Amino acid sequence: MQFLSFLISGLSLGSVYALIALGYTMVYGIAKMLNFAHGDVIMVGAYLIYVVSTMQHLPLWVGILASVAGCTVLGMLIERLAYKPLRGAQSLAVLITAIGVSYFLQNAALLIFGSSPKSFTSVINRKPISLFGGELVISWEAILTLVVSVLIMIALTVFINKSKQGKAMRAVSEDRDAAQLMGINVNRTITLTFAIGSALAAVAGILLCSSYPTLTPYTGAMPGIKAFTAAVFGGIGSVPGAMLGGVLIGIIQMLANGYISTQLSDAIVFAVLIIVLLVKPTGLLGKKINEKV
Amino acid sequence: MSQKAIKLLGGNRPKDKNNIITISLVVALFAIVELLKGTGHISNLLSGLLVPICMYITLAVSLNLVVGILGELSLGHAGFMCVGAYSSALFSLVTKDMIPMTWLRLILAFLIGGLVAAIFGLLIGVPVLRLKGDYLAIVTLAFGEIIKNLVTILHLGVDSHGIHFSTESVAALHLQEDGKILIKGALGITGVPKSSTFEIGFIIVMLTLLVSLNLVNSAKGRVIMAIRDNRIAAESVGINITTYKLFVFSLSAFFAGLAGVLYSHNLATLTANTNNFGYNMSIAILLLVVLGGVGSIRGSVIAAIILTALPELLRGLSDYRMLIYSILLIVIMLFNASPKLVALRERYSPKNLFKRIFRKKQPEKEANADV
Repeated sequence: MQFLSFLISGLSLGSVYALIALGYTMVYGIAKMLNFAHGDVIMVGAYLIYVVSTMQHLPLWVGILASVAGCTVLGMLIERLAYKPLRGAQSLAVLITAIGVSYFLQNAALLIFGSSPKSFTSVINRKPISLFGGELVISWEAILTLVVSVLIMIALTVFINKSKQGKAMRAVSEDRDAAQLMGINVNRTITLTFAIGSALAAVAGILLCSSYPTLTPYTGAMPGIKAFTAAVFGGIGSVPGAMLGGVLIGIIQMLANGYISTQLSDAIVFAVLIIVLLVKPTGLLGKKINEKV
Repeated sequence: MSQKAIKLLGGNRPKDKNNIITISLVVALFAIVELLKGTGHISNLLSGLLVPICMYITLAVSLNLVVGILGELSLGHAGFMCVGAYSSALFSLVTKDMIPMTWLRLILAFLIGGLVAAIFGLLIGVPVLRLKGDYLAIVTLAFGEIIKNLVTILHLGVDSHGIHFSTESVAALHLQEDGKILIKGALGITGVPKSSTFEIGFIIVMLTLLVSLNLVNSAKGRVIMAIRDNRIAAESVGINITTYKLFVFSLSAFFAGLAGVLYSHNLATLTANTNNFGYNMSIAILLLVVLGGVGSIRGSVIAAIILTALPELLRGLSDYRMLIYSILLIVIMLFNASPKLVALRERYSPKNLFKRIFRKKQPEKEANADV
């Protein structure tokens, strides 16, 4: 019973990681950059819904809409202002710029909201379900997180595999120059990727803060790193890999948390990552890269 | 300067003038600061920054060996610093009463901190260096986090029955009455003698610089850069890649360990958190390396000095300082690395501007020559 409850909280946390990891992996696949600011977009998304729905007392759906729309615009803006001028530059330069953006978002949030944690109101207000005479308690947040994440992942998979824009995204990630020669607007495709990734981050932020309701300017940092780990775990650049990696990392973390030690759970997650990468150096579902001389 | 001294400063080829410039720059800065300190012209704020600046220079130069010379992205550099800091702090704490000479204790502390970090570098390097690119980066990040995580739960005590350790609490150590607690988990180590000074920091910086500059210009250094530029080609001429990679990785870890010793002997309480030994720190060091110029040791030194002092110099802006710092960072990166802006900057650089003005006198001639 205990195992089941750990498993369910792990699945729910893991699906949030998967949503964030999708943003990392899509951006990596298409723009070949590690977007270290992605974690902080989660935090911005959570603050947006906090401002709109908790502080201004507007209906919840307005808050969710504002959060998703705000993050989408933010993602596109970051791409346009900070990353686009660096297209064709060294990848390390882009990485450092992303870190700069991450510092900027954190410090802007620190200035506006202060460092004291805000208590986030969950998006659903219902008592948790009690099964087997109270032995297994499942929170509605966990169920909502699972359902929403699964729906989003299905929608995203369909979008990438069936739609024209999805095809363009796959083409750009395969070979940017060839895609451009085929008449695909590469810049617009990259912007679209950032928009989708940031919208997913907003959803992830709302879900994450519903389950773990403390909100600080640094809320996004650790989930961001974990999701990045998840993306690499599954094979960075691979969309199903990010989903699998996210869910696995979440489950491992929760099981380690429950059975071994709360303080060691992060270390265990990273240790599993290291072992997996040593056995499969490009992640679980990553493509093998052939070396050329 | 004698031939031997020139060689020590980085060899005797003409291009090694560069190294002498780097070394003289650091020595000159040291002399100026010492002069200011002697005459009392230095503010409390700045004098508090002197040891951290030395520490950051050491960290940046040592990470540059891995990122710039070896060409592998490491995101776990703070982990080695953590190992160095903790092992040396433990040593100094235990031997505080045994070895009365501060200088001897400090030298031993530096040796222990550096060597333990180097051993960790070797142990971590064996699995990590099999990977490539971003996968290598994430695994170094993972190792750094694991080190930080393990250190925060470690409790260590010593009594007449020997050494006790536990991962849970101080009570779980079951110490005798004469026992002494050394590491208190998340509360860290207290009572490490504060023996880091600016002069010691300077010696460590010079040591790091001399070894790094000499390495870059040596036969070994050229082999390492050959691996960076084309691994397969280097392998095919019979270079043992793993040995060289491990060598650089553990050398870099050694210096990071030295920086950790500087750090731990500059504090009253040594604890591990995300900002001093976690990925935030590793990223902050990487930032110095990239801003200074990947592969440029002098650049790392300058970036470390400026970026450590900058948040303090911006202190007048109080709450806005970190925000402005981050904006400055983005702008500097765009200005330095954006292909369009670099082209623009080159066009209007003083050197080219001078050329253009000079050429203006005879533009027709050139145009005619083309026709």
